[in-house]
Amino acid sequence: MEIFGGLLQGFALALQPVNLFWCFVGVFLGTIVGIMPGLGPPATIAMLLPLTFLMSPASAMIMLAGIYYGAKYGGSTTSILLNVPGESASVVTCLDGYAMARKGRAGAALGIAAIASFVAGTVGVLGLMLVAPPLARFALAFSAPEYFALMALGLAMVVLLAGRSMVKALLATLVGLWIAGIGTDLFTSTSRFTFGQMELLSGIDFVVVAIGIFAIGEVLANLEAREEPQALPVPKGLRNLLPTLQDLRDCRFAFAQGSIIGFLVGVLPGAGSTIASFISYGVEKAFSRRREQFGTGVIEGVAAPEGANNSETGGALVPLLTLGIPGSGTTAILLAALVLWGFKPGPLFIAENPNLFWGLVASMYIGNVMLLILNLPLVPVFAQVLRAPVYVLYPLILGVSIVGIYASSGSLFDLLLLVGFGLLGYLMRKLDYPSAPLILGLVLGGAMERALRQSLMMSEGSLSILVSRPISALMLSFALLILLIPLFSRLNTWRVRALEQKDS
Amino acid sequence: MRLRSPDFWSGLALAALGGYIVYTARGWEYLGQDGPGPGFFPLWYGIAMLTLSLLLVFSKKENQKIEWKGAGRAFATWGAFAVSVAVLKIVGFLISFAVLSFFIVAVMYRRPPAVAALVALGVAAGFYVVFPLALGVALP
Repeated sequence: MEIFGGLLQGFALALQPVNLFWCFVGVFLGTIVGIMPGLGPPATIAMLLPLTFLMSPASAMIMLAGIYYGAKYGGSTTSILLNVPGESASVVTCLDGYAMARKGRAGAALGIAAIASFVAGTVGVLGLMLVAPPLARFALAFSAPEYFALMALGLAMVVLLAGRSMVKALLATLVGLWIAGIGTDLFTSTSRFTFGQMELLSGIDFVVVAIGIFAIGEVLANLEAREEPQALPVPKGLRNLLPTLQDLRDCRFAFAQGSIIGFLVGVLPGAGSTIASFISYGVEKAFSRRREQFGTGVIEGVAAPEGANNSETGGALVPLLTLGIPGSGTTAILLAALVLWGFKPGPLFIAENPNLFWGLVASMYIGNVMLLILNLPLVPVFAQVLRAPVYVLYPLILGVSIVGIYASSGSLFDLLLLVGFGLLGYLMRKLDYPSAPLILGLVLGGAMERALRQSLMMSEGSLSILVSRPISALMLSFALLILLIPLFSRLNTWRVRALEQKDS
Repeated sequence: MRLRSPDFWSGLALAALGGYIVYTARGWEYLGQDGPGPGFFPLWYGIAMLTLSLLLVFSKKENQKIEWKGAGRAFATWGAFAVSVAVLKIVGFLISFAVLSFFIVAVMYRRPPAVAALVALGVAAGFYVVFPLALGVALP
């Protein structure tokens, strides 16, 4: 009953014309971003974040979330037509999607990707709606030690799944913690790591780091190649885009398992949609009667991963909104956005901001319907985006980044920092350091230090408080186990293999 | 020791950063009467950074090869971007952004100067229309 009431309240907010408009803008931009190889949702959300300060938080959150889940829909288009994933979650869709396109079934592949995304995306939102409120109630029992342990566990999960080398992922996290520590210590007013610069006393703005690492770093990495890949043609007309009844029957299991696996993987911090799509593809193949044909253009091979990576979005919002723990670079930026607007994501978030939470949930139902409409009949139009010259796109990204930073802080010093973080983002890509742990370290660093110091104040300096409370002890044990995985060769081989598949 | 490996050099740079963090954090209060001081947390992540980066420096594991071909294009664009930000205060956003766009189109993508000029003018004009005129957002 509480859920039903909340949902009605949410629809009342989401159906306001202004919010419908921003929802449409979000999913539309998300689809374009998903289609464009080399421009991901974290970069786009980071770039647009400063401009959202002109909007109401509800409209801004609805739009940014629209970009997040809209990109998952769009990513499949590039995988199917170009054999290049539009974003990392669509890597596995290339296997059967591109093979179908080469056989002249691009329309059916694009159609089933849109339908699977819609079904699983809706199931993911349903999961978010059912799981988030009770989890938030459970987390109300958390105090500073549990929060510290939870953040340590979240960072450990991200480190586990972020890169081939856990040492590099850990180092990236530590750099994030260090950047978070720059500025004035709120407990004692001591200035830390400011190099005598007045501008650094208030710390480094998260937006500067996120735009530098994701947007500028991505542009520089993409600029390495001058050639642009050629897309296969998209069949015109809705009839050519609709899968047959037999196709839909073949995909029944893929829809169901993709939705469930995607949501469950999404709830785990760090796992992410790429892992979800690979697991779902693997499960589909394992249970299929025609498993030997996978990779040659089997329609379930498109439906399962596309379903999973869309359902994952709903799952990923659960720890973000109920515990304040983001599981990926994109959700870390969404967390920073909420904090910048003055909200405190955590157990009290839903109780204190029911309008925002339920409005977001309702907008995701609406957004999924919009995306189905955009991605079925209009996919040939969107595919034209692939013909846009990149030499126009990249200056635009650099320009929006500069204007975005300047609009939020009005500081030229921040623009110089942006230049520095852009280079750091590029070098991290080249040297194989994952960027998600750095961003998470940066977002969680301040809260983690605060939680640790509050815990130690509670215990008068004794670290035993972290292990004497059962929930905190359990979470810290898990975190420790995760970080010890490289010592167990078989488990580490599995981890590296999974990540190599993710990167291939 | 693999003197030329990228892991060696990045590890060394991070070890230097870790050393700096530990050195600086030691100058701040570690544990006071009210609990941990400002040096507590940085000292521990500084030590962790130093240890892990030295692991990377002295690791015997074979490195993945890094493809540096094309990096020149990225560094050149970064340099142009840095210059365009540095001169913002002198020439303003619109001019510096138009020149940066011209550079990317004409030099990086080797398009004819007329096309590059058209793109540069178009994007600069577009920014002027969208941000200061339509959204009321000030340009740097």
